[in-house]
Formats: sequence, structure tokens, C-alpha cells
Amino acid sequence: MVWKKPKAGVEITATAHIAASGDGAAVLCFSGDWLLSERRSPFSKIERFFAGNGGISKLTFDTSSLAKYDSALISFLFRCYEICAQKNVKFDMDSLPAGPRSLLELAVAVPEAGKGKKGESGNIIGKLGSTAIDALDTFKAQATFVGLVTIALYEALRRRARYRVSDLLLIIQKSGPEALPIVALISFLVGLILGFVGVIQLAKYGSEIFVADLVGIAMVREMGAIMVGIVMSGRTGAAFAAEIGSMKVNEEISAFRTFGISPVEFLVLPRVLALILMFPLLTIFADLIGMLGGMAIGLGLSDISYEQYANRTYAALNLVQISTGIGKSVVFGLIVACIGCQRGLECENSSAGVGMATTSSVVQSITWIIVADAIFAVAFTIFDI
Amino acid sequence: MSASEDIFKVENLTMAYGDYVVMRDLNFSVSKGEIFFIIGGSGCGKSTLLRHMIGLIKPASGTIYFRGENFSGAPQDKKTEMLRQFGVLYQGGALWSSMTLSENIMLPIREFTGITKKEAVDLADLKLALVGLNGFGSFYPSEISGGMCKRAGLARAIALDPQVLFFDEPSAGLDPVSSHRLDELIVQMRDSLGATVIVVSHELASIFDIADRAIFLDTSSKSQGPIGSPRQLLDCDDKNVRVFLNRGVDPRRRDNK
Repeated sequence: MVWKKPKAGVEITATAHIAASGDGAAVLCFSGDWLLSERRSPFSKIERFFAGNGGISKLTFDTSSLAKYDSALISFLFRCYEICAQKNVKFDMDSLPAGPRSLLELAVAVPEAGKGKKGESGNIIGKLGSTAIDALDTFKAQATFVGLVTIALYEALRRRARYRVSDLLLIIQKSGPEALPIVALISFLVGLILGFVGVIQLAKYGSEIFVADLVGIAMVREMGAIMVGIVMSGRTGAAFAAEIGSMKVNEEISAFRTFGISPVEFLVLPRVLALILMFPLLTIFADLIGMLGGMAIGLGLSDISYEQYANRTYAALNLVQISTGIGKSVVFGLIVACIGCQRGLECENSSAGVGMATTSSVVQSITWIIVADAIFAVAFTIFDI
Repeated sequence: MSASEDIFKVENLTMAYGDYVVMRDLNFSVSKGEIFFIIGGSGCGKSTLLRHMIGLIKPASGTIYFRGENFSGAPQDKKTEMLRQFGVLYQGGALWSSMTLSENIMLPIREFTGITKKEAVDLADLKLALVGLNGFGSFYPSEISGGMCKRAGLARAIALDPQVLFFDEPSAGLDPVSSHRLDELIVQMRDSLGATVIVVSHELASIFDIADRAIFLDTSSKSQGPIGSPRQLLDCDDKNVRVFLNRGVDPRRRDNK
């Protein structure tokens, strides 16, 4: 049948009337069309009856006035069965017509199981404890994974790691050259913003020329590497998590393990190597494009000439500053690759799990990039770099 | 059974992916209340035929009628109305992984019946109990076994008390006991709900156990083979059918040796 929504306000047409019959039994009479599309008697009526009649030992049924029925009736009977089981009342299945009886027999054939799955502690201390244990487990898993990647890198240096060079080259292409357009756009805009803010503020002191220093140093030391890290977290890290997560759902990871092939070597290592190689190159590219963006604003909004801007930038930068940004980018590449791959490998076996792994990969990568950058900032200050 | 009792009628159906023809000129009907099997070797187009019958693929040519009305050529709103009378169990259960089993069953119920949430929960509990999963409503598909996923998929398929139940390889990946239990469930669903059941399978035990009739799709000629009860197919003159139903051995050749 085609379902129709029951109209609000229409009187009840499918009724259930329960009454005690005197010999310790109760009779439940059904009448009308017991269809989901009809207004039906509420079950609370039955609950109230049993609450007020403690001596009932048997429940029988009168279906002589019952017309059509569907799952609405079976669901009602199923709840009656459950309430009878709770109150130790005999449920007279034989007084039901054959159709509902056979369905009900099927429904009660297997006893209820599986309850209590969500047995987490409901109080705040319990939840706090669970969260702390989860966080500790996550940290342990990440530490173990970093250890495994380190071993794999060591094996790669000894040329003993098992992975396909063709995979490495493909990942290099996808995470390097194919990322250039988005890295260029973001870096140019960041340089533009830095230049704009710098020119406006420095103009107050008549020293607009120093916008070249500001943009150059900011891009080379911080923004180039950070922006590449953030863009690549969303672009490549998420792709790693989704790709490896899908492989896990399809049991491809298990297939590697059963052949004795380490997924860390075969899948993670080429990705880590690719990002370690590509991040510094992308960072140099981002630095140059960012400085170009700053220059566009510097030349456009002030009287600085191209030669002046270029000379000022050249004077402001030195090899140490350039190296700090590039050095940090190697670590950021390691972070993005490791977190993306680890989230993928730990993904739950479902499509929702893949989505969660991807989200988690992006969030964790960006968080760890910022944390690592803060650690670098403190370390560089201490060592006067 | 008379023609008026035909719930499905397939006329001159040709199935194709682009220029590649899978099967041509299929002609058969399915009677109300019967368990009808679509059988044939791997890659013969069994699942493709099922996908045509549930409107997921448009026929290259030919027509599929449901209760006398043109189903394959029906406008979308009419087709959606007809589809609500179908329940489909896909190979892996195809449960929505971000929802619990209860929520999987409640979604179509809430979408199409307008009953209250409490009633929908009760109904989902009933459907789960019918397939032997009473109490598993709060579990996610990833937390239960493959066989349980199939049964939960069946619970979702019967959520709206369908008139026609489709099963795509119900026994695939199940152990013999679970497979037999699922066969029993299919028969019970037919008997209790009065539904027509259409099953795609090459599981011989299931075919001989529960099929009323079956159609054989012949992959070599890309056309339909004989239709009949499993016993009739076993005794038919078509060698391909006999070989299929005897696990690759033609009993007539074997007996002549």
C-alpha cells in the first residue's frame, strides 16, 4: 500500500479496548483498520490498565471487529508481549489471527540481546576520565606511529624499505607541481595583505620603504612555511587520510598485512618522503610569490621604486632567515604526512569513519603545525637565530 | 496463475551499458506472492536486471510493468510512489554507516508515514526483532557482523511493509547456517507479509530450498533461458541450465559414461 500521513485532529478509528474478564484474564479487543495511516488508540491505555490491575494472569485477544492491519498492529502487539513478559502475564498467542501471530512469533523467537552497549559513565568525572584515557591512547598511538615511520625512513636510507618508486613519483607530482596554483594564490594574497598593512602603518612614520623588510622577513621566516603547511593539510593530508581510510574499509590494508608487507613502508613511507621533499620547494616558491604580492602593494601604494624595493629586500634577508623557514617546512611536511596517513590507518570500517578520519587529519595537522611553529619560535629566540 | 495476478511483467527488455548489450529481449512475469529467482553465471546481468526492476537503470529498450502500470517509463513522482511499495536488500546490506540500526529503519518510516518518533522507535524495534536483532538498535553497522548487517538490511527493507521484496545475492558471504536462516526468513516474510519476493542468486541450496520459479539468464547467448520451478529447470533440455544447476557438470553426459 502507499502510505498516507494520518490527518491531525481526526478521531481515533482503530481502537483497542482492554477489560478484565473475571477469571484473572484480560481481553484486548481490536476494532477498525489498524494501519499506520489511521489514528490509533495509544499504548498508554494498556500500560495504565496493567498498572491498576495487579491480579491479571493472562491476556487474550478478540479480533472479531478487526478489519485491515499492517505493522501498526504488530508493533502494538509486540509491546503488549513485552509488558506481559515483564509482569509475568501469560500472552495468549493462539487467540490472534494467523497473520499477526506468525509475525509476532517471528519477532519473539530470538530473545533480546545487545543492550548495554553504551555503558559509559554518565557523570562528569566519568566522562572526564574517559576523555583523558582516550587522549592518552591517541598520544600513545601517535608516538608508536612516529616510531614506525622513523624505522621505515631508516630502512629507506639503507635501501631496504619495500615501496614502489612509481608510487613515490606519482605522489610527488600530486603533492608538488599540482599544488603550485593554490600555493601561489594563497601566498600572493598573504604577501598582499602583509604589504597593505605594512604600507599603511609605516606611512605614518614616513618609512614605507621598510615594508620590503616586513614582507620579506615575515614570508621567509614564518608565513611561507605556515601557509604551505595549512594549504597542504587541507589538500594533501586530507587526501592521504581519505585514500588510506578507504583502503582500510575495503580491507586492502589487511591484504598488505597478510602478505607480510608493512603498510607503513608501502603506503606511508612514499607519502612521507614526497612531502619531506616537496615542502621545502613549495615553501621557497611561496616565499617568492608572497614577496611579489608585497612588492605589488609596495610599488602601487607608495613612491618606492622597483630597485629600491628589491635592494631593501636583499639587504633584509640572509641565509639564516631563509634556512629557518625551509627547515621548519621539512618538519611541517613530516607532520602533515604522518597525521594524514595515521588517521587513515586508524579509520573506522565505515564511510562515516573515512569522513571523520579526513576531518581529524586536517584539524590535527593544522594544530600541530602551529604548536611546532611556536616551539621553533621559542627555540630560535633562545639560540639567538 | 492467471495473468491478472502478475505483479511484474517484463516485455522485450534489452539491458545495455552504452553500446555494450548485457541481455536482450527478456520476457517474463512474476506472480503475486511467489518467490522468484533470477539465476545465471557470474557477470550474466542478474544484478543489472534487478537494478532495472527497481528503477535504478533505464532499459535500453522494452518495458517493465508493475501491477499493470508502466514502471520503467513512469514519470518520476509516479515512480517514487511505486518504489515505496518495494523493499530492497542489497548485497552488503547497504546500511547508512553514520546511523544506528534503529535510525536506519526509522528514516524511511519517518519520511513516508508521518507517525510520531516514539511510534517509529517501536516499529524499528519490531522490525529488528523480526530479523532476530532485538536489542541491537543502538549499534552502528560497523559494530556488527556481516550476517547481522544483512539481517538489519532486511529489517530496513521491510520497514514500510512492502508488497515486493528484492534480494541481491542474499547468501553472499554468509556461512551455510546463516544462509539457511536467511532463506527461512525470506519464506516467513513472504508468508507473513504476503509479499512477492524476487531474489538474485547463484546459491544452488537456496534455489532448490525456497524458489517457486526461476529464470535463467544465459550469458553465452545474452538472452533468457528457460523459466520454471527448480525441478523443471533441472530436467529441461537446455544444457547450460543443467550444467549450471549441477555445479559445472552435465548430469546426462556423466550418466552416459
